[in-house]
Amino acid sequence: MNALFYSSLAVAVAATAMVITRREAIHALLYLVVSLLAVAVAFFSLGASFAAALEVIIYAGAIVVLFVFVVMLLNLGPAAGEEERRWLGPRMFIGPGILASILLIELAFALSGGQIGGAVAREVSPSEVGRLLFDTYLLGVELAGLLLLAGLVGACHLGRADREEGDQSP
Amino acid sequence: MLASVWLAVAAPLLGFLVLSLFGKRLPRRLVSAAGVGSVGVAFLSSLLVFWSYLQIAPAPGGVELSLGNWFDTGGLSPRFAVTIDPLSLVMLLVVTGVGFLIHLYSAEFMREDPGLSRFFAYLNLFVGSMLVLVLARNLLLLYLGWEGVGLCSYLLIGFWYRDPQNGAAARKAFIVTRIGDTALAVGLLLLFTELGTLDLPELLARASLRWPLGSGYAVAAAALLLFGAAGKSAQLPLQTWLPDAMAGPTPVSALIHAATMVTAGVYLILRTHALFLLAPPVLLAVAVIGAATLLLAGCSALVQRDLKRVLAYSTISQLGYLFLALGVGAWSAAVFHLVTHAFFKALLFLAAGAVILAQQHEHDIFKMGGLRRRLPVVFWTFLAGASALAGLPLLTAGFYSKDLILFSAWSSGHGGAWLFAAGLAGALLTALYSFRLVFVVFFGESKTEVTHEPGRCITVPLVILAILSLVGGFIELPQNFMGGGVLSRFLDPVLAQGDPHGGPWSEAFAQIVAGLVSLLGLFLAWRFLLRAPRVAAGEIRWPLIGERLRRFWFDGFGFDRLYDALLIRPFVSLSARNAADVVDRPFLGLAWLARGGHRLLARTQTGKVRWYAAAVAVGAIVVVAVELFR
Amino acid sequence: MTVSQISLTPLIPGLLLAGVLFALGLVGLLVRRNLIFMLISVEIMLNAAALAFILAGAHHGAADGQVMFLFILAMAAAEVAVGLAIILKLGRDLGTLDADAARKLGD
Repeated sequence: MNALFYSSLAVAVAATAMVITRREAIHALLYLVVSLLAVAVAFFSLGASFAAALEVIIYAGAIVVLFVFVVMLLNLGPAAGEEERRWLGPRMFIGPGILASILLIELAFALSGGQIGGAVAREVSPSEVGRLLFDTYLLGVELAGLLLLAGLVGACHLGRADREEGDQSP
Repeated sequence: MLASVWLAVAAPLLGFLVLSLFGKRLPRRLVSAAGVGSVGVAFLSSLLVFWSYLQIAPAPGGVELSLGNWFDTGGLSPRFAVTIDPLSLVMLLVVTGVGFLIHLYSAEFMREDPGLSRFFAYLNLFVGSMLVLVLARNLLLLYLGWEGVGLCSYLLIGFWYRDPQNGAAARKAFIVTRIGDTALAVGLLLLFTELGTLDLPELLARASLRWPLGSGYAVAAAALLLFGAAGKSAQLPLQTWLPDAMAGPTPVSALIHAATMVTAGVYLILRTHALFLLAPPVLLAVAVIGAATLLLAGCSALVQRDLKRVLAYSTISQLGYLFLALGVGAWSAAVFHLVTHAFFKALLFLAAGAVILAQQHEHDIFKMGGLRRRLPVVFWTFLAGASALAGLPLLTAGFYSKDLILFSAWSSGHGGAWLFAAGLAGALLTALYSFRLVFVVFFGESKTEVTHEPGRCITVPLVILAILSLVGGFIELPQNFMGGGVLSRFLDPVLAQGDPHGGPWSEAFAQIVAGLVSLLGLFLAWRFLLRAPRVAAGEIRWPLIGERLRRFWFDGFGFDRLYDALLIRPFVSLSARNAADVVDRPFLGLAWLARGGHRLLARTQTGKVRWYAAAVAVGAIVVVAVELFR
Repeated sequence: MTVSQISLTPLIPGLLLAGVLFALGLVGLLVRRNLIFMLISVEIMLNAAALAFILAGAHHGAADGQVMFLFILAMAAAEVAVGLAIILKLGRDLGTLDADAARKLGD
C-alpha cells in the first residue's frame, strides 16, 4: 500500500519539522511522538510489523517518556522559554540548512546511480526475526546486552552524585 | 733522559687541569704551591733534558721524540712530535726558567686576589702551550701552541673581568692577533698544498729543492708567516694591542707580553728561516718592519705617563730590534737578544709591579718619586734592568746583545747603513726613556706613600733576574773580545750564520758607537730630568708643535684612530644597518608562519559542541563526495 | 492488511525520505542551543537511520533489517539514558542548559 507508506512518511516529515522549531521542550516532545508513530505506520506498511510494534513500545513509549521525565525534573520555567526565543531566529537556520541540503543532494546522486528493481514486499514475522537474532546475530545480542548494562551503570553513577545522603539504591 | 721533555710539557698542563677542576676547593697555599710547583717541575725537567743533550751531542738535525700520529687524513698526517735541538733547548730553558721565577713572584703578588686558582690555572696552561709551540716539530703542532697562548693571553688580560675595560682590552688583543693568526693559517695551507708536508725539516728541505730564490710561492708563504709573526709579536701594523694589554695583572704582562708569548713570532721566523732566505724581499720587509717599529715605539715610550705602558712600548721597540736582527740574517744575535730581553724585561715588569703595589696601585709615574730610599731592593734591581735595557757598555747583558744586532745590521750582506742608523737612533731613545723612568720614579721627592713592602717571593726573583741581566751577556761575547760566543757556537748546527761578518775593526767601531749612544742617553735623561725637575713634572708647556708631537707619540702614532676610522666604524655602521638582519629574515619568517598557522588552527577549537557536530557533518559531506565522484 | 495488497517496495523514494528526516535531525542538532533539543535531534537522526534499515530489509524480504533496527533501538535507549543523566548533572552544576556554556575543559 504505497499510499499509506507515502502519507505516513509525509506526516513524519512534517512532525519532525515542527519538532526542531518549537520553543517549549514539551511541545517538541509531543511532536516527536507523532513523528515516531508515523514512522511506525510506515514500518507496518512495509511488512515489518514487529519493528513497528517495537518502535511504538520502546521508542515512543520509553525513550520519549524518559525525556518527559527529565524535562519535568529540570523544571526550567518561563525563563527557558525566553532564552529559546532569543536563540532561535531564522538566521540560525541558514548555515545548517546549507550543510544538510548538500548532504541530501549527495544522497540523491548516490541513489540515482544504480538501477534497483523493486522487489515484492512480504510480511516478515517476529519468529523469523527471533530465529535470526539468536542464530546469526547472537554475538550482537550479547554485545547489545553489555551496552545496555554499561548505560545503566553510567546513568546510575552520574545520577547518584547529586544526592547528599548517599543512599545505596541503584 | 731526553724523554723528560714530555714531563716538562705535561707538568704545567696537569697543573692547569687540577687547578681548573678543583682549584676552588683547595686551600690557597696549596693552590699557589701547585701552580708554582708545576712550572718548577717543568724547569727541572728542562735542565735534565739540556744536560742529557750535552752528553749525547747528536747530529745537526736534532733529536725527534714522537708520541705517535695525531690524525691521518687527505695526505696530512702530523704527529705529536717534538724537536730537541739547540734552538728549542734555549727556548725551553728561557720559558721554564723565567716562567718559574714569575710564578714564584705571582704567589705573593696575587695572594689576596679571590681568583687565585683561576690565575694559576691559566698561567700554567699558558706555559704548557708555549712549550708545545717551541718544541713542535711540525707546523700544525706549532699552530696548536700558537692558538693556545693566544687564548691564555685573552683570558689573562681580561682576568679582572668585572671591569668592562679589561674585557675590551682582552678582545682587542685577541682580535688583532687573530688577524695575524689567519694569515699564518693561510700560510700553512699554502705550504701544505705546495710542498705536501708540514713537518719542519722535511718542509724546509723540499722548499729549498723546489723553489728557486725569489720564487712567488716562497715570497707568498714567507709574507704570510711574517704577517702572523707580526701579529703575535706586536710589530707594525699589528702593534696596537700590546699597550692596552697592560690591563692584565703585572705577572701576566711580565711573562706573556715581555718574555715569552711575544717572542713566538720571532721564534717562528727563526724556525723557518730557510724559507725566508728563499724570499729576499720578505727578509728585507722583516728588517724594515723591525726598524720602523723600534723607532715608533721608542718615541711613544718617551712620552707615556703610565709605568706599564712605557714598558709595553719598550717591549714593542725591543721586539723591533729582534725583527731587525732577523731581517739582516743575524739569527743567533736575535736569539741572544731574545734571551737577554727576557731577563731584563721580565725584571722591569716585576719590579714595576712591586712599585705599583707599594704605591697603592698608582700607575702614573709623575705621582711617584723618591722610592730609592724606601724600596732599596726594588731600586737596585730596577736599575740593573734599566741599564741592561739601555745597553750600558760592558757591564750589562743588554749591551752585548744589542751591540751584536747593531753590528750585524751594519755588516751583514742583508743589512745596510740605514738600518744601522735606525738601530742607533733607537738605542738613544731606549736609553732616554729607560733612565727617564729610573729618575722620575726613584729619585726626587716622594708624592705617594709607600704601603706594601715586598716580601721574599717578590724580591728573590727580582734579584735573580737582575744578576742574569748583568752577567747573562757573557754567554755570547763578541768575536774580538775573547774569541767568540758560546751561544752562537751552540746554536750553529741549527742557525748557521749567514754572510760573514766584517772585520774586528768595524766590530769595535760598532761597539764604541753603541756604548757612546747609550751613555749619551743616560746623560740627557739626567740633565733634563734631574737637573730640571720642572720638565720631569711634565708641567712645562711645550710650544705648539712640540705639544702636538707629544700627543701624537702618546697615542702611538695614531694607529688606534686610523684603525677605528678605517675598519671599525664601517663595520659597526654596517651591522647597525643590518640590525633587521637580512639573513635572519627567512628563519623568522618561518617561525611567524608557524605561529600564524597555529593561531588559525587554534580558532577551530572553540569548545562548542555544535561547532564540532558541524565539523563532523562537513567531514561526512567531503567523504561522501570523494566516494561519489571517484 | 494482507500481503497481496502490498506492492513493490518504494526503495528509492523511501531512502530519500529517510535522508530528509536525517537532514532535519542534523539541522536541529546544529541550530538548537538547548541540550535537550540537541538530544532529541540525535534521536531523530537515529530513527531515520533505522527507517533506512527497515526499508532495505523489506526490499530483500529478509528479517535482517529488523534485526539491525533492534540493535539501533538498544543503542538509542542506552545512549538516551546516559545522555539524560549527563544533562541532569550539567543542568544542576552550570545552572543552565546552554550547550555553549560548557566550553572549557576545566569547568
